[in-house]
Amino acid sequence: MDPMEAIKQTYFQECDELLLAMEEGLIAMESGEADSETINAVFRAVHSIKGGGGAFGFEILVGFSHVFETAMDLVRSGKLDPTPDVVKVLLRAGDKLSDHVTAARNGGSDAVDDAEVKAELAKLTGEDPEDAGAPAPADFEGLAFAPVMIDIGDEEPAAPPCPIWHVRFAPHAGLYAKANEPYLLIRELGMLGPIEVTADLSKLPDLSALEPDQAYFAWNVALKDCPDRTKVEEVFEFVSGDCDLEITEEKVEAAAPAAFAISAPGLPSLDDDDEPAAAPVAEAQPEEKKAAAPAAAQAAPTTVDLIKQTIRVDLDKVDRLVNLVGELVITQAMLSQRILDSVQQGQTVSAGLGELEHLLRELQEAVMAIRTQPVKSVFQRMPRLVRETAAQTGKEVRLEIEGETTEVDKTVIERLGEPLTHMIRNAVDHGLETPAERVAAGKPAEGTVKLSAEHRGGRIIIEVADDGRGINRSKVREKAIERGLISPNANLSDEEIDNLIFLPGFSTAATVSNISGRGVGLDVVRRNIMDLGGRITIGSANGKGSKFSLTLPLTLAVLDGMIVAVGEQTFVLPLSHIIESLLPKSADVKAFGSNGMLLNVRGVYVPLVSVGRLLRVPGAKYDLANSVVILVESEGVGRMALAVDAIVGQRQVVIKSFESNIGHIDGIAAATILGDGRVALILDIDGLVAGCREGTGGRPTEYQQALGA
Amino acid sequence: MSSNENDTAQERRQYITFLATGQEFAADIMTIREIRGWTDTTALPHVPDYVRGVINLRGMVLPVIDLKARLGLGMTEATVKHVIIVVNSGDRTIGLLVDAVSDILTVSRQEIQSVPDVMRETQNDYVEGIAVLDGRMITLLSMTKLTSSFSGADDMFVENAA
Repeated sequence: MDPMEAIKQTYFQECDELLLAMEEGLIAMESGEADSETINAVFRAVHSIKGGGGAFGFEILVGFSHVFETAMDLVRSGKLDPTPDVVKVLLRAGDKLSDHVTAARNGGSDAVDDAEVKAELAKLTGEDPEDAGAPAPADFEGLAFAPVMIDIGDEEPAAPPCPIWHVRFAPHAGLYAKANEPYLLIRELGMLGPIEVTADLSKLPDLSALEPDQAYFAWNVALKDCPDRTKVEEVFEFVSGDCDLEITEEKVEAAAPAAFAISAPGLPSLDDDDEPAAAPVAEAQPEEKKAAAPAAAQAAPTTVDLIKQTIRVDLDKVDRLVNLVGELVITQAMLSQRILDSVQQGQTVSAGLGELEHLLRELQEAVMAIRTQPVKSVFQRMPRLVRETAAQTGKEVRLEIEGETTEVDKTVIERLGEPLTHMIRNAVDHGLETPAERVAAGKPAEGTVKLSAEHRGGRIIIEVADDGRGINRSKVREKAIERGLISPNANLSDEEIDNLIFLPGFSTAATVSNISGRGVGLDVVRRNIMDLGGRITIGSANGKGSKFSLTLPLTLAVLDGMIVAVGEQTFVLPLSHIIESLLPKSADVKAFGSNGMLLNVRGVYVPLVSVGRLLRVPGAKYDLANSVVILVESEGVGRMALAVDAIVGQRQVVIKSFESNIGHIDGIAAATILGDGRVALILDIDGLVAGCREGTGGRPTEYQQALGA
Repeated sequence: MSSNENDTAQERRQYITFLATGQEFAADIMTIREIRGWTDTTALPHVPDYVRGVINLRGMVLPVIDLKARLGLGMTEATVKHVIIVVNSGDRTIGLLVDAVSDILTVSRQEIQSVPDVMRETQNDYVEGIAVLDGRMITLLSMTKLTSSFSGADDMFVENAA
């Protein structure tokens, strides 16, 4: 790849992270929980996006972020109060910035209409939007690649009546760990005006007590001729979490006793050594006793230190690792089976094997965990969605998010976005009432949508709940009858009526207003969730709201399956589709039509098909007395009963796709490799059912005959 | 093997020859990934009979094709003496069940004759040419065509139904 292109990619990756951080900060501001560090973080995010964008020549992006940055700067310096109205504008600006970044990534072809937001921002800052739109290209003073200015005299401002800034700067060990260098910061201060630097060595312990990787030095800097406090703060912007910083303003000439005063250009080469304490002790002068620096750092929250270190890894590499570990597990299972078969008194061997198995399981779990990510990355997109949908529908909505740190496999995360978007939009659009209706119903005008995630029993549960009107069951029923989805005299439970909204036919034209019918694309949602091996359920209370619950597997790489034997072969049924297994009595099996079979399951007749028959498995029995029936649920036909020879067990299996080598086969989702090294096919229930429908016409009826029905 | 030589010299290519149904076939050595003994396959539903099923090739699920059946000469009675040639062509990897692998040959272009126009269309499709060496006649198979003609279950259904 072109190196510039690679850097650009990195920039966009960083933009994604920065946008997330910004959104997070803005939401904190909205809820009034923001401290100065959060506001700074938002500012820094906007600033960094602007800086990087400038480097790549994304002028429109830079223009917009400049206006945004100016507004954030005012908030940061306390000149602009972050009132709810202001924050709302900032949030919208954040959305637009995100659009701009996307536009830049796509080559800048799609223009983003930002005029309105830009005007609002300008109103906040009191700037002329047109002027602000064209910032000076050299406006990247805080960035890492800012040009290093050599001549310090040039920078001195002409205005004489400037206060003296006393900057006390005490780096933490973390500052050095992040490869920051105090000398450079002090030199940068020196560019703002003449400085007088005093080293504070009071914290320096005896040599015997000295920890080489701790920070002991602090500096007092007196800076003259600098009119602006923010300029001073900007110097320390990138290390704000890693040092104690105190900036005081003195109108009067303060006689700071200088132990050794140095002017910036002649600063001794402290930077030759990375370890702070390694600075020559001989240089230590009798220092002034000063009270321990008032912990200005207490304001700087420790969260910065808590941010976990991460690395970017190519997903393919991780997949390879996952694959290899899966292989290791299979090989181990194979070996242990063979060894135990061949060794008669294998006591010690089996203990060792047990240990190996234990280690391998742990290794496998650890490797799988590499692929997991917090659901945050999906949830983060939802506040914006809620804002936009609420604005479109004229509703007032508050989004509550819970459990966003819950971790799920990346593959699941990637495919969660679409169904979740549908459901949230649905909750706002159809679930919640208008403010007027809400007030009339005695509810607060602002509706609440709650999005939560949690781990439960090896799966992840995601819930979208609203406190709206709930499902109007009589109308849903009416609509379903009208559309011919159910017969007029069908006797349905509340739950069954609620589930009607997932039917494909229900959604197509059900959006025509007069119905409270939720159901815009809910069939799509359900299909997406089923594809992920998950389930969706719905709960609703009239007038109180409704709740959609998604139950999803933690990963798509493994699947919980029921291992069944059919003839000479072994198959895996996805557990997510299985409702129950039962041993049928021959009295419960009825012939239906020319060659169909129905099974009576507690009064409900469901179609019964033999897996062996359907897939023409060699050696499959058609003897119902020796069959086990597994009741499955599929989206297409609802429930159906599958007859297999025996249930072998329940196991987590690693999914191996073979579609790239052989193409898609109806009824087979993928394959897996069992403990004995043999390949077992994973059945695709929906495909199986579809195949069974097409095939019924010409099928011989031997199964029917074999049943003696 | 001397693959460099193979790459540079357009004129001379190396082939692996193998036996099936008493005939001698050959495939470009660059398409062959490995050769392994026969192991029992897991049968697949809804596929033509020449697809013998899938096997576990170190964690990869590999479909196995019976060459004899593919050529319309009936099923191979597979025993431990039979071999599976793992062919990697394009983005597909498949196994080819044959009776035995016999030789590695270097064939120059002038030794290759074009296909006589007597075979059935389907077979014609994946025969590249005929090589005559020391009085032996060897059918050169195009692995690319052989693997791609084996494309997806949709085609198979059609074939199956017919």
